[in-house]
Amino acid sequence: MSLTKLIDRRMGIFLGLLFLVTVCVPLGNLVMSPDSALHVPSFAVALMGKYLCYALLAVALDLVWGYCGILSLGHGAFFALGGYAMGMHLMREIGDRGVYANPDLPDFMVFLNWDRLPWFWHGFDMFWFAAIMALVVPGLLAFVFGWFAFRSRVTGVYLSIITQAMTYALMLAFFRNEMGFGGNNGLTDFKDVLGFDLQSDATRVGLFVCSALALAGGLLLSKWITASKLGKVLVSIRDAESRTRFLGYRVEGYKLFVFVVSAMLAGLAGALYTPQVGIINPGEFSPANSIEIVIWVALGGRGTLVGAALGAIIVALSKTLLTGWIPEIWLFALGAMFILVTLYLPKGVLGFIEASRDRLRPKAKAAPVKEAEA
Amino acid sequence: MPLGFRAASFPKDRIMTRLTSLFAPILMLLALVTALPGAAATLEELMQRLPQGSYDDRAALVMEIAATGDERAVPLLEALGEGDLQELKSDGTLVRVVKEGKTYTAYDPLTGESLGEIGRRDGKKVKVNNGLRRAIRSALGIMTLRHPDPAKRLEAAEAAFKSGDPDQLEALDAALLAESDREVATVLGAARAVAMLNSDATEADQFEAVTTIAAMGNQDALGVLLPLAAGEGPVAEAAADAVADIERSQKVWGLAQNVWYGLSLGSVLMLAAIGLAITFGVMGVINMAHGELIMVGAYTTFVVQEFIRNTMPEMFGWSLLIAAPLAFLTAGAVGVAIERGIVRHLYGRPLETLLATWGVSLILQQTVRSIFGPNNREVGNPDWMSGAFELGQLTITYNRLWILVFSLIVFAGLLALLKRTPMGLQMRAVTQNRAMAADMGIRTGWVDAMTFGLGAGIAGLAGVALSQIDNVSPNLGQSYIVDSFMVVVFGGAGNLWGAFAGAFTLGVANKFLEPVAGAVLAKILVLVFIILFIQKRPRGLFALKGRAVEA
Repeated sequence: MSLTKLIDRRMGIFLGLLFLVTVCVPLGNLVMSPDSALHVPSFAVALMGKYLCYALLAVALDLVWGYCGILSLGHGAFFALGGYAMGMHLMREIGDRGVYANPDLPDFMVFLNWDRLPWFWHGFDMFWFAAIMALVVPGLLAFVFGWFAFRSRVTGVYLSIITQAMTYALMLAFFRNEMGFGGNNGLTDFKDVLGFDLQSDATRVGLFVCSALALAGGLLLSKWITASKLGKVLVSIRDAESRTRFLGYRVEGYKLFVFVVSAMLAGLAGALYTPQVGIINPGEFSPANSIEIVIWVALGGRGTLVGAALGAIIVALSKTLLTGWIPEIWLFALGAMFILVTLYLPKGVLGFIEASRDRLRPKAKAAPVKEAEA
Repeated sequence: MPLGFRAASFPKDRIMTRLTSLFAPILMLLALVTALPGAAATLEELMQRLPQGSYDDRAALVMEIAATGDERAVPLLEALGEGDLQELKSDGTLVRVVKEGKTYTAYDPLTGESLGEIGRRDGKKVKVNNGLRRAIRSALGIMTLRHPDPAKRLEAAEAAFKSGDPDQLEALDAALLAESDREVATVLGAARAVAMLNSDATEADQFEAVTTIAAMGNQDALGVLLPLAAGEGPVAEAAADAVADIERSQKVWGLAQNVWYGLSLGSVLMLAAIGLAITFGVMGVINMAHGELIMVGAYTTFVVQEFIRNTMPEMFGWSLLIAAPLAFLTAGAVGVAIERGIVRHLYGRPLETLLATWGVSLILQQTVRSIFGPNNREVGNPDWMSGAFELGQLTITYNRLWILVFSLIVFAGLLALLKRTPMGLQMRAVTQNRAMAADMGIRTGWVDAMTFGLGAGIAGLAGVALSQIDNVSPNLGQSYIVDSFMVVVFGGAGNLWGAFAGAFTLGVANKFLEPVAGAVLAKILVLVFIILFIQKRPRGLFALKGRAVEA
């Protein structure tokens, strides 16, 4: 498939902007002197890195919801699992610099009087292993879950609710100290990654650039999938599942494939998120978090990929601004967003912008984007 | 009354005696001022005679002291029994002497008041022998066993049961004869039986004792009988039989207890979920704001109670009955508003509805937080909702019982509404085939609004009930939303019996898993079970049949 087909106009504009930001932010942080008006403070770099992770997560959800009609209310679980995989590596990296100075056991295990590492912690001292696990574990969970759910044709609201049950069950499980993932407090106090100090500006910028690359890669991969023949089948499943099945397609296989890919993208987002935020805890599994991801996608524009990324950044940015400014108003704003977007912006911000542009230039041939009915 | 339960209140009483001993000097002073000289032998006079006479005379004297019933005699007799009581050579005063390191400190034996340091040779020990000690022990036992307050007597009897000292036998016999309170008498009988077992009583007496204890049938009885059953001889065999009996009955009661807890949890789940089942069944819409409607009901209860507290406190017992219809109407009104304002525009798009109602839930949550503050609000239990009663070995709290009854009433009411009223008929028609119902002239839009309002109203009622057992906070709804989804999905939407069966099955299953796996793991297991169950029956336990399924 040619690159020009992958990068259509909206994708081109978005990737261009992303590239611009990825170049300017490091320059602003590392090159500009702290007194300069163009200086980008370090916390802002980490914050923007976090937004990019959210954007990747939103793209992952858009892939399944926007193109295949699977409304997952449990995507936060895949994200958190990826985050935990990376968090486990970072915990091992601390080594004997922890409070208890135990070279093998993370602090919380020493605190719980464990005498050796649980079996599932082995291997996480190697970065490559943790990185693979951050993709494999969410992918595996999605595979098992999807294999059962799609094969028995659990669809629509029922599917949404059991995905929610999945993330809720995982949250309860990770809250337990006996699980061996730090319980309530999660994993934190990270020192460095691959030998780079996590507190240093250069590392933060590096992680930021990685997040931007991951987002661009995730977008292109998703675009490639959706623009392919397989992508057409996915859209037809979204719009008329039974009909697609009658036409002879194995609907379960397609759904399972895209669900697993999406879960792995979410895991990647989580793995990049943990070192930038400095903590991963069971709260990430909470059903409310997963539902919030859905509003990112809906706000930006479902089934547009770029819109999902845009939506995530818009919502996360307004959350940061509003909670800092008048905290009480944030839930009102978020709630209103849910309602107004579903009622008045069924195609999201991106759809709205493109529709207004088409209205302004009536002669230009509008490229119709077929929207989902359900 | 299980013994362990009463014994738990010991420390509090100990604090009380500490307090009284703090005030004792003042009381003493008052007593000295008001006491008339030359009255019948007072405790002080009797005490002064303690060092004199033969051991038998002094044993009689100890009994006489006990007979005064004066509480101050307890430390005195204890000191005597320990051999700490000394007679000062200078003036013949009796003091309790405690050796601390190398110094000797004298205390008033009655009040515990410190009288300062004394020399090692200043006092002469008041001698005791084993016979006297026995007399002291039973005197002490009698003192508390004869206390005018039945609660104190019960406590003493339980202490006697725990100690099982055979020396108390006579005191217990005497106390048992004098006892009028049935509950205390039962425990006294048990204590007597334990003392009997520990004494060198005849085999017949011991058999009788085993039977008495076995009749108690609780954990304490097991504690006494288990060591006995380990021995040999006919008594041990009888004890072993009794142990087996008790363990069997305890297993049954444990089962019953789990069932009760499960039903109780099930009733809560059903209240929380049944409104959801109605909305989902008729409209195919999951109302994510359902939990917040429960919260609205709970806060309505809070407001009603505040109003009653401030204006007519004597009506407090009625507060819940007043709150219930108000909560139904308030939550119902909010529900109708949600339906007319939002849900109506999103028909045929269930996932969008889910998102929009989630938005509503956030707004409702924050509204309540802004008005009532983020903390828990105090919602009181009326008298008839508090306390508990015993059913065999089950402890049943009234609030749980009433909630179970309430949930059944709500369920029956809804069932009647759906099956016996024109509105119910229309609702069922819309559930089964919306298009056909519309063709028959049913105003489906109106039915939708009413159904949504009804579901929301039921959530309000659930809020009234939940305010009695849960914290009323802005997060109240959140904690129930996942659970109620599970019930609906498990039971099958659009069928009240589905919600009924789903709620009670999940409730009981949860409570049976809890002792085995722990509370959190039990919940996880139930969630996993539901996820797997949905694979087998994607439309729940009681799936709707017909065309509605594919809608």
